Amino acid sequence: MITIGNYVKAKTPEEAYELNQARNSRVMGGMMWMRLGNARIKTLIDLSELGLDQIEETDHVFKIGAMCTLRQLEQCERLREEYGDGIAEAVRHIVGVQFRNQATVGGSIYGRFGFSDVLTALLALDTFVELYSGGIIRLSEFVNRRPDKDILLSIIIRKGKRKFRYESVRRTKTDFPVIACAVVTGIVHGRESWYFTVGARPMKAALVERKWQIAKDVSEGQISAYAKEIADEFTYGTNMRGSAEYRRHLAEVLIRRAICSILAEG
Amino acid sequence: MEVQFVLNKKQIRVDVGTDAILLNVLRDQGCKSVKCGCETTNCGLCTVWIDGKSRLSCSVLAASVAGHEITTLEGVEKEAAEFGAFLADEGAEQCGFCSPGFIMNVLAMLRELDNPGMEEIKEYLAGNLCRCTGYMGQLRAIQKYLEYKKGEME
Repeated sequence: MITIGNYVKAKTPEEAYELNQARNSRVMGGMMWMRLGNARIKTLIDLSELGLDQIEETDHVFKIGAMCTLRQLEQCERLREEYGDGIAEAVRHIVGVQFRNQATVGGSIYGRFGFSDVLTALLALDTFVELYSGGIIRLSEFVNRRPDKDILLSIIIRKGKRKFRYESVRRTKTDFPVIACAVVTGIVHGRESWYFTVGARPMKAALVERKWQIAKDVSEGQISAYAKEIADEFTYGTNMRGSAEYRRHLAEVLIRRAICSILAEG
Repeated sequence: MEVQFVLNKKQIRVDVGTDAILLNVLRDQGCKSVKCGCETTNCGLCTVWIDGKSRLSCSVLAASVAGHEITTLEGVEKEAAEFGAFLADEGAEQCGFCSPGFIMNVLAMLRELDNPGMEEIKEYLAGNLCRCTGYMGQLRAIQKYLEYKKGEME
């Protein structure tokens, strides 16, 4: 159970940041997870009036406000055009429409949850986070930082021609994933590059990069070897949803399928 | 703290605790269709619309809805009864405990999706759990209701 002393809709990011410096302050996202925990919160900070609920696009980036819902991410036409169905695939299995109308992208990313599909998906892209005090840093750096008292304002995806695939395995629909996996490829600094993330291992998503040039007519055996090499790069754990060994196996299968799917697209 | 919002088209003003959950505030306002079924933010029974979108009222802080518009089953009673009759005709339910949240999300789906197919329907309603049926009756009821609504339009 949580108790809340004061509830404040911050008027500016500065105000949110100042309020959040107190030890017992918390920032609320969609309240999906926070409500299920135990906490005595002195001041709960609501960011909903800071205009952080839009997905903006410039020539170079997509800027996803921290208070955008997972449903907005799922339904964003421009993200679909740019990255295919993978973005929607990453969120559409999360509980239900009602939940996704409420859970925020900022909450998912800030929480750095092990089970997070959103983190797994965005970590594979050229993604940054915008922090009020800490400025703009790579998501791959943010993900390994300890939660601190900064305010996450937005998630920024730097554009570039990318192919994106996302797949997860669930024991039953709407459950947490047993394993989640994203594969991205594109030309980076003139070289073909591949990015692999695996989340829900059950540890939070991690990223592996390779400068691989994979020919379209590469043998199945070679693709399997690539998938094994990548799956072996991650560590896995055992919990009620699956064993470490099972997860490693699933990761290898999903990675192999994603590579095949990308190569088939040409 | 005092919070003002629109509940079923009526402007209301209520005094709530800072940690009050919308679900409980709505029940105190007489909207007894809104219930808590699971306590894990999963079952969809507490579904209400906030500014026209289906949300889980068990996870919404009452203080945060100031200035917003809330619709519960009580606010769409006629439409709910109309669809409810289709559910009854299919013998879709046994205990009926989950139907308020289910009906709210079905009506939200009809507003959001244009002529949804079976897969779309299943995906839209995946967050509404029923523990005494296999959902088949509900799905039949929805299909027949969609047909009926289409006929009405023409």
